[in-house]
Amino acid sequence: MLLVVGAVLLIVGYLALTPLGYLLWGTFFDEGGFTLRFFEEALSQQDFAEVALTSFAFSGGATVLAMVIGCALAYLLVRTDIALKRVIFAGSLVPLIVPSILQVISWIFLLAPRTGFLNRIAASLSLGPFDIFSLPGMIFVEGMGLAPLVFLLMAAALRSMDPSLEESALMSGANLNTVIRRVTLPIVRPALFAALLIMGVHSLQAFETPAILGIPDGTWTFTSRIWNSLHGFPREFGPAGAYSVMLLALTGVGVFLHSRLTKRSTAWQTVTGRGYRPRPIELGRWRGPLTAAALGYVVFVVVLPLMIMFFASFQPYFAAISVAATENLSLDNYRLIFERRNILRSTQNSLVLGISSATFIMFLTAVAAWLVVRTRVAGRWVVDNLTFLPIVVPGLVMGVALLFVYLRHPVPIYGTLWILFIAFLTKYMPYGMRFASSSMFQIGVELEESARMSGASWWQSFRRIVLPLLFPGLIAGWIYVLVVSIRELSTAILVYSPGNEVLAVEIWELWQDGRLTQLAALGTLMVVALLALAGLAYKIGSRIGIRETALEPAPLPGEL
Amino acid sequence: MLTVEKLSKSFADGQNQIVAVNDVSFEVPDGKLFTLLGPSGCGKTTTLRCIAGLESPERGLIKVDDRVFFSSKTGKRIKPNERGLGMLFQSYAIWPHMTVYDNVAFPLVVERRGQRRSKAAIRERVEKVLTTVQLQRVADRPATDLSGGQQQRVALARALVLEPPLLLLDEPLSNLDAKLRGDMRLELKRLQREIGITTVYVTHDQAEALAMSNLVAVMSEGAIQQVGSPRDIYSRPASRFVADFIGSSNFIEGSIEQRDPDGCYVVRTAAGLLRASSTLDYSVGDTAVVSIRPEHVELKLGAPPSTEPNVWGGIVVMRGFLGEAFDHLVAVGPVQVRARTNPAGSVSRDEKVTILLPSDACSLVPGD
Repeated sequence: MLLVVGAVLLIVGYLALTPLGYLLWGTFFDEGGFTLRFFEEALSQQDFAEVALTSFAFSGGATVLAMVIGCALAYLLVRTDIALKRVIFAGSLVPLIVPSILQVISWIFLLAPRTGFLNRIAASLSLGPFDIFSLPGMIFVEGMGLAPLVFLLMAAALRSMDPSLEESALMSGANLNTVIRRVTLPIVRPALFAALLIMGVHSLQAFETPAILGIPDGTWTFTSRIWNSLHGFPREFGPAGAYSVMLLALTGVGVFLHSRLTKRSTAWQTVTGRGYRPRPIELGRWRGPLTAAALGYVVFVVVLPLMIMFFASFQPYFAAISVAATENLSLDNYRLIFERRNILRSTQNSLVLGISSATFIMFLTAVAAWLVVRTRVAGRWVVDNLTFLPIVVPGLVMGVALLFVYLRHPVPIYGTLWILFIAFLTKYMPYGMRFASSSMFQIGVELEESARMSGASWWQSFRRIVLPLLFPGLIAGWIYVLVVSIRELSTAILVYSPGNEVLAVEIWELWQDGRLTQLAALGTLMVVALLALAGLAYKIGSRIGIRETALEPAPLPGEL
Repeated sequence: MLTVEKLSKSFADGQNQIVAVNDVSFEVPDGKLFTLLGPSGCGKTTTLRCIAGLESPERGLIKVDDRVFFSSKTGKRIKPNERGLGMLFQSYAIWPHMTVYDNVAFPLVVERRGQRRSKAAIRERVEKVLTTVQLQRVADRPATDLSGGQQQRVALARALVLEPPLLLLDEPLSNLDAKLRGDMRLELKRLQREIGITTVYVTHDQAEALAMSNLVAVMSEGAIQQVGSPRDIYSRPASRFVADFIGSSNFIEGSIEQRDPDGCYVVRTAAGLLRASSTLDYSVGDTAVVSIRPEHVELKLGAPPSTEPNVWGGIVVMRGFLGEAFDHLVAVGPVQVRARTNPAGSVSRDEKVTILLPSDACSLVPGD
């Protein structure tokens, strides 16, 4: 037992602490000792104030947009009798599975100033064009990407709320308006603030939207700046580190506030009833219009971008849907994709990395969760916090930190798949921990104790009792980590090297080369595969009773 | 007076329609505490929620005095927030973001403009109600700081603050621990009798129902099985379900032997003859079940002096100590009868005994 637990502790501690340690050390120290030189360099860049302001405007705008849409959807679907609930529910969650780089590019297909499908329609009505390569465009795209996450968080909050709190207000004579204003909103307020902070952290960490939509227009944010200082030669580690530390500080504050908030809000939990089926609120004559609006959202934000990508994948070059365009349909892009030099290697890399890191993470976090949930070992909260620590670190910053470590370290893993493996392990460890610890809570301690009483050693009871019982939860977590690792670009973008690309990087390179229609073909294939994986996770999740968490994209930072 | 007539309500559960309330009718006279008693899933809570307006029934009529809340005939349906009733929820439903005072004042604060009282009048009224439930001292505390019993009283004060014509209580004591439940039971009863408010009380706890109610309606599978005073229901159960659900009972099966002019029946059972009374009509030869409570069975040492109905001889096969009483299992031929005595009247195992089953404690209920 000591051997296994000790090894797990060492690995978790190493994964969580080395990158951050090196990042701070590399940013605050140079050959001459402690220095703030790199911060001075970063701060003295003439547009620093502008970059900071843009980052905040981008993050704030996207957060507000996501909150408005997500909260409205959650209330309509959880508490009212809106029609077509299942369709709208499933539709709203699809963007959580589609890689964000593909979402951003689909929006370009739709809203590029001259060629975008929707802008063409707008032009024929002599409206607009709406330029997506702008700050409002970035806010719109990021907001639409984050809205499903708000929806999930708020739906969970509304569902866990005792319906008799609202019913007793009704019985007191209050009308629906008053009930929402004076009872529902104040009670879900902690959840609202929590969601607000999570969205703030997420949008500050976002890389794809600022890089793809912001850079062409000269609209810089922290993340695109970090990438910019590192992707050319010579790499400017100093300013990149300084920007990373500033970004880390911001997300750290967000996560800290969130954990404070969730701790305090447990004091608000009241006795709940034996779960009388909540009565959905009748929308009356608003039922039709509101159903249409929610359905419109799903069509516009989910179906249309996927359709346009699917359509573009059959075109020789990107053109909006038209009679002329439909005559040019061919499978050439799919052929070209398969002929691409690295494509098989990248697919293989994505799968090998995803499967191996998912497997390793789930085993690691199963032991860590056992330690945290089951034992009374002093200092187990340290393990708990260490496994969650990487959640504060934006994917891009994780890349920077790992470069700091392995470019100055004797271990020769830079330029191999191993550095990607370590990056994925570290970045996705918190997700695995969330699945492992929540399933650990569901296993009665006496099951394990009776195994010990039957004469099993610790390892025997862990392997033969705990692991099999955790298995469904671990599988759900495993698939989740696999999906995220294939989906995410920002963790890989800085640490890959030629020959070690993964699929998300492949898409990024297609974008950089301007091969948009080939990108659409590869994207279509990826979306189909990821949807199939997510469907599998959902099935397993619903069998073990964690329907939504199987699709939930991130452990809430508050669990730090 | 609350009137409920031919109330029916069903739910869709996947493909199936489940009838939760089936043609239920009852009346609650002014000032009385009326209890809907039954196992979970019997439709008692649904009935209460239909009265509250939180559920829409398919058919029936609900009115308080002359004010119709719901009528399937005229299509009338008043919203729950316009019915002006008081309701106490199982979970108390105390709003965690408000103080005790704000919780109780809420119904007054949200009153329609024009009817709304002045701030001072609201304060006066809230303080009066808080005094009634003995919470005046904690008025400014956050409501979630209070204990379960105190939260319960906050919820009660909130339900009473508008002086509603009808108070609805949905299993209000089930979240309290056993000791507190006993205290709150008496407290609730005292308050209800003092204020004289007409009350509908839902519970699955028979002791609660018997201790508190003026009238009890026992429900099963969406229908009312029997309505009566707690004493009636206990000592004269109209069906095997009621006898079994309330307290514990001996069920002795037999057939009707003869009908006496005084309305009593003589029943032949495997253990001997029994005289029993019934509210229903039986003909000679019908199968029937005699129900008698263990504490109504009298136990004496020694064989019976003579054979006559309701006096049987048997052997004690088992005895259990219950603290304030002894439980005996007496074998009379193939029939086993439970008899409960105080410790002084107890008889040890294997003794021959005479058991007396008083005919006024024997109720005849229909066989299966």
